[in-house]
Amino acid sequence: MYAYDKYDQAMVDARVEEFRDQAQRRLDGKLSEDQFKPLRLMNGLYLQLHAYMLRVAVPYGTLNSRQMHALADIADKYDRGYGHFTTRQNIQYNWIKLEDAGDILADLAAVEMHAIQTSGNCIRNISSDHFAGAAQDELVDPRPYAELLRQWSSFHPEFMYLPRKFKIAVIASDTDRAAMRLHDIGIQIVKNDAGELGASFYVGGGMGRTPMIAPNIREFVPLDQLITYSEACLRVYNRYGRRDNKYKARIKILVHELGAEEYTRQVEEEFAHLLGQGIEPPIAELGRIKTFFTDPEFADGAKTVDRSDPDFALWVDRNTHRHKHDSYVSAVISLKPVGGIPGDATAEQMHLMAQLARDYSFDELRVMHTQNIVLPHVRIEDLHALWTALDEAGLGTPNLDRIGDIIACPGLDYCSLANARSIPLAQKISQRFTANGKEDTLGELKLKISGCINACGHHHAGHIGILGVDKKGVENYQLLLGGSEAEDTSLAKITGPGFSEDGIVDAVETAADVYLSQREDGERFLDTYRRIGMAPFKEALYG
Amino acid sequence: MIILTGNDLKTGAVVWWDGSDWVLHIENAIDVGGNAEAVMAREESARRVNVPYAVEATLTDGVARPNHIKDRIRALGPTVRPDLTLKPADPEIGNWVI
Ligand code: SF4
Repeated sequence: MYAYDKYDQAMVDARVEEFRDQAQRRLDGKLSEDQFKPLRLMNGLYLQLHAYMLRVAVPYGTLNSRQMHALADIADKYDRGYGHFTTRQNIQYNWIKLEDAGDILADLAAVEMHAIQTSGNCIRNISSDHFAGAAQDELVDPRPYAELLRQWSSFHPEFMYLPRKFKIAVIASDTDRAAMRLHDIGIQIVKNDAGELGASFYVGGGMGRTPMIAPNIREFVPLDQLITYSEACLRVYNRYGRRDNKYKARIKILVHELGAEEYTRQVEEEFAHLLGQGIEPPIAELGRIKTFFTDPEFADGAKTVDRSDPDFALWVDRNTHRHKHDSYVSAVISLKPVGGIPGDATAEQMHLMAQLARDYSFDELRVMHTQNIVLPHVRIEDLHALWTALDEAGLGTPNLDRIGDIIACPGLDYCSLANARSIPLAQKISQRFTANGKEDTLGELKLKISGCINACGHHHAGHIGILGVDKKGVENYQLLLGGSEAEDTSLAKITGPGFSEDGIVDAVETAADVYLSQREDGERFLDTYRRIGMAPFKEALYG
Repeated sequence: MIILTGNDLKTGAVVWWDGSDWVLHIENAIDVGGNAEAVMAREESARRVNVPYAVEATLTDGVARPNHIKDRIRALGPTVRPDLTLKPADPEIGNWVI
C-alpha cells in the first residue's frame, strides 16, 4: 500500500503542529468558538452531543496492521475503548477531549494517518471498492487512481472553500461496491475499444436531502488527463455552485439545474482550456504510485475448505468474496453482531483484526462503507483458523448482505444533527430477524438507517431504508423501499406515513413477509419489489 | 422551566448551569426564567462554556426533565451504551430518556 514520501509526511506533521497551537489558543480563551470551529473542522474535530468527535481519514478504506493497532491505541488512550467505522470508510471516536486532540493527531501522523478533509466544504476522503486489488472481477486495482486524486485534492488551494463538501469514489469493475453513482464524482476505470485504460466520469450524484443518481458525463477520459478533467468538473462547480443556500449547494443541484448536457458542455470548455495549462501530473507519477499497489506474492494452495463444521461453512458461504487468485478469498469481518451497534469495534477487537491481517492477509485491512472490515487476501487453507479467532472475539457473525448487516448512522445517540435514534432500531431488527429465523430465508436484503435527512446511513439506497424524523419532539420513522447503491443504482421511495420505534420494526417484518409470499425463483427482495411495485407493500402496511 | 446547557470547553462534556457554575448533572440545573440570554452571553464571552443554549424542561420528581428527547439523551449519555451514561448502575434510567 502507499507509503508517505517526505512531502506527505512534512505536510501532515506541519498540520499537527498548527492545530496544536490553534487548540491551545482556544483552551487559553484566545479564540472564541466561532473563530475556532472552522479550524477544528478542517482537522476532523466535531462537537457532537456528548463530547468532541474526531473523524480520522482512511484513504480509500485501506489500512495496514500498524495503523489499525494505532487506531486501537487511540481508542484506549484517549477515548472510551472503542471506535466507530463509518459509511465513508473512515473511523470516528466519540469521546475526545480538546486538550488531547493535538496528541492524537501526532499519534496518527506517526503511522501516516490524519484527520484532514474529513469535514468542511472541501474534497473529502476518496472512497473506493473495499475489494480493490483482490476482486476477481476488477479491471485493475482502482486505488492508485484514488491515491493520485488524494494527492491532487489534499490542500488543493482552489478547492478548500467549495460551496459544499465534495465526495469522490473510484472503482474499476462493473460491479459497484462503492455506491459510485451516489457521489459528487464517481469514476469508473474502464477500457476502450483500443484496449486503453481510461476513466468514465459520473457527476452530480448524492444522497442527503435531495438524492440524485449521477449521470455519465464522459465515457472515456485518457488516464493522462484524469486530474485535468477532475479539475474541470470541480472548477465549474466552484464557479457556479450555489453559495446562497446550503441545501442547494451540492454539485448535484448544479448539474440538475443546468441539465447534465449544459454542465458537461461547460466542463468540456474548461477542460479544453486547462489542457493548455499543463496541470496534469506526469504519467510517471501514476507509475510511481502504482508500485505501491503491486500484488503480494500469492502462493498456490487449497482451493476448497473442509465443510464438516456447519457454522464455519456458513460463514465461508456468506462472508467471503471471490479473489483473483483461486487459492485466496477476501474475508469480511462483520461488525454487526446480533443486537450490536453497527460499525463499532472495541480496542481489543481492533488489535485482534490487526494481528489477523498480519497473520493471514499480507498485513492489509479494508474498511467497507457498509461498516465492516475486510481482510483482502486470505489463503483458503487459513480460513478455518481465521474464522476460529474471529468467532471467539465476537467477530464471526455470518451475515454479510443479510438483513442483520445493517448500515446505521450514529443517530440521536451521538449526533447533534439527528432527529431520531438509528442504532436501537438496528439492534431490534437484527434481534427480531434472528429470533424469527427469517434472516436465513430472506437472502440478500440491504437495510439502511439514517437518523436524519442527511442520509449518512444511506437510507435512500437501502433495499429497505429507514429515515428518522422528529414529530413534535417524538421520534418517528419513515419506511422506504426499493433503493440500491450497486451497479443497478436506484433511489428508494417512501411507503407512506411514518411509524413509532416499535412500529417500524413490525413494518420491516411486514415488508419482508410481502416479499417472502410473492417472490419468484431466485429473486432478491429488491427484484421482487421492482417487479410487483409499491402497492402490495402499502396494502400490507397500511391496509 | 428554562434551564441552560452547553459543552465543556476542554472535554466537550455536556454541562448544565447551576446558578454559579457549569456542572455535569442535570439534577443541579436551575430554572433561569427570563435570564437565559444574559447568562449565556456572559458565560460564553468569558469562554467558560461552548455553544450554550436554553432548554425547555418540566420539573419531574424534583428534577428538570428536558421536553425534547435530544436534551434528555445529552443529559444522560447514549441510550445504546448504558455503561457509558452518567448512571451506569441504574437499569431503569433509560425510561427517563424515553
Ligand atoms: S444521517 Fe443525520 S443523524 Fe445520522 S449521522 Fe448523519 S447527520 Fe447524524
